[in-house]
Amino acid sequence: MSAMPEPRFTLPARVLHWLMAILIYAMLLIGVGMLSTVSERYTTLLSWHRPLGIAILILALIRWVVRLTHQAPPLPADLPAFQVVLAKGSHYLLYALMIALPLIGWAMQSAGGYPVTLWKGFQLFPILPHDIAVYGVLRRLHAVAAYAFFALILGHVGAALFHGLVRRDGVLKSMTG
Amino acid sequence: MPSSPSPAPRYVLIGTLLVALLLLFAWVRGVLSPARISGDKITDALQGAAGKIFPGYRRAHAKGVCVAGSFASNGAGAALSEAALLAAGQVPVMGRFSIDAKDPTAPDAKALFHALGLRFVLPRGEEWRMALDQTPIFIVSTPQDFLDLQLASQVDPATGKPDPAKVPAFIGTHPETRAFLDFIKAWPVPSSFANGTYYSIHAFRVTNAQGQAQMVRWQFEPETPFTALDPATLGDLPPNFLFDELLGRMTQGPLRWHLILIAANPGDPTSNATVQWQGEHRRIDAGVLTLDHASTEAEGACVGFNFDPTILPRGVAISDDPLLPARSAVYSASFRRRSVETMTTPDAITAEHKGYGPGATP
Repeated sequence: MSAMPEPRFTLPARVLHWLMAILIYAMLLIGVGMLSTVSERYTTLLSWHRPLGIAILILALIRWVVRLTHQAPPLPADLPAFQVVLAKGSHYLLYALMIALPLIGWAMQSAGGYPVTLWKGFQLFPILPHDIAVYGVLRRLHAVAAYAFFALILGHVGAALFHGLVRRDGVLKSMTG
Repeated sequence: MPSSPSPAPRYVLIGTLLVALLLLFAWVRGVLSPARISGDKITDALQGAAGKIFPGYRRAHAKGVCVAGSFASNGAGAALSEAALLAAGQVPVMGRFSIDAKDPTAPDAKALFHALGLRFVLPRGEEWRMALDQTPIFIVSTPQDFLDLQLASQVDPATGKPDPAKVPAFIGTHPETRAFLDFIKAWPVPSSFANGTYYSIHAFRVTNAQGQAQMVRWQFEPETPFTALDPATLGDLPPNFLFDELLGRMTQGPLRWHLILIAANPGDPTSNATVQWQGEHRRIDAGVLTLDHASTEAEGACVGFNFDPTILPRGVAISDDPLLPARSAVYSASFRRRSVETMTTPDAITAEHKGYGPGATP
């Protein structure tokens, strides 16, 4: 073990990461869960889905700023080049999806002519004009992007554990703190 | 690197954690629960009962026309609900009259059951959407029963008809459905969309500005005097007689209905849409719905809207009726499906009135 302090993500980055990890996994479960049922859980989950999506969008934008203004710890010097490409590429995609998915959801509900209700009596303004065909395209994109996000998260968790348990190279620790 | 024990157990641990995340996702998704009813499952059953898919059309009540107008509230409804619709004032409304046909080209005489979808546009982006029927009650009380009734009505591709034994078998085991069918036999069909009463079917929970909650049903009662359709004349009527009559009548002048709120008495059932409330009830005339524009779906603005009765403003919420969340889920599935389809054939009304409405060329 090295006596050097190990490189860490800054505290705001770590807090945002773990908070969003919980919110995003919950959000994916809410999304597929509400579509699986016609029980009263449908209405309940749907009413959580919108405010949670907007919360994730706001947190993702804050996190983006934090990421741009704070140096992230470097990847291990001995990491094979293809793993470096995978690591960097997957992180760009994760950021893109955590911002794009809520925006697609908001846009699709706007195009579908639905009120974008965050809570009873409070609606967001529409960000697209009403057009059912546009709704149809965005609704499909929302689903495809959500499943892609879930697959990416599984890969992310697998890779983090690979770093933490197999390579033991400090990458997992840089986020667990 | 110092020699370390085999990494195999650590790979197993990683794999197990990933499988756990995947399994939780699959379980919530319903993959492991084939009996769970989704909006898509009921929508599939509706399509099967239609015998085919009519691309671009609603999976139920496929035949309809668009209407628009306004609602003038007298403020009396505010005693029960703080909903912006019930405060004194006027708001725009758009909607859709329809019949219970899954085939948009079916003749009106084949599916006489009238319905009205409404979308009230309230201040600050709020909306109140309604899915109203010509009867105060519904044919089944649960989503499972609705699914089973549709499954009993599946069209057999070999005969082009449903199995004649299955629906009677369903009715035999569902006294509330038998009661509904008896009820509807004695319930006169209005001769026009204009002179019928339209009912909320379900109970809803309203809350007023003082925070007092109350269960209600509501209905729109016509100013146009009621006359019943004479079933004996059905054979001689043109295929779109109901819609033709409405489109023609609307050019003569606006049509009006009164919104009557009906407050539940203690003990009235609110979770079962097959049961009517008995006896005297407090009725509040909350204002007047005026519809002054009607057009075919091709010319109107209603095609792109889903009249989901659970889209409600502050002051109104769904009751414990299990059909309300189910309606929302199924309407949404139908909307999702038709939104990516291209209409290949015009509905019967659009085909007849090609170019009807504003901007039409003779």
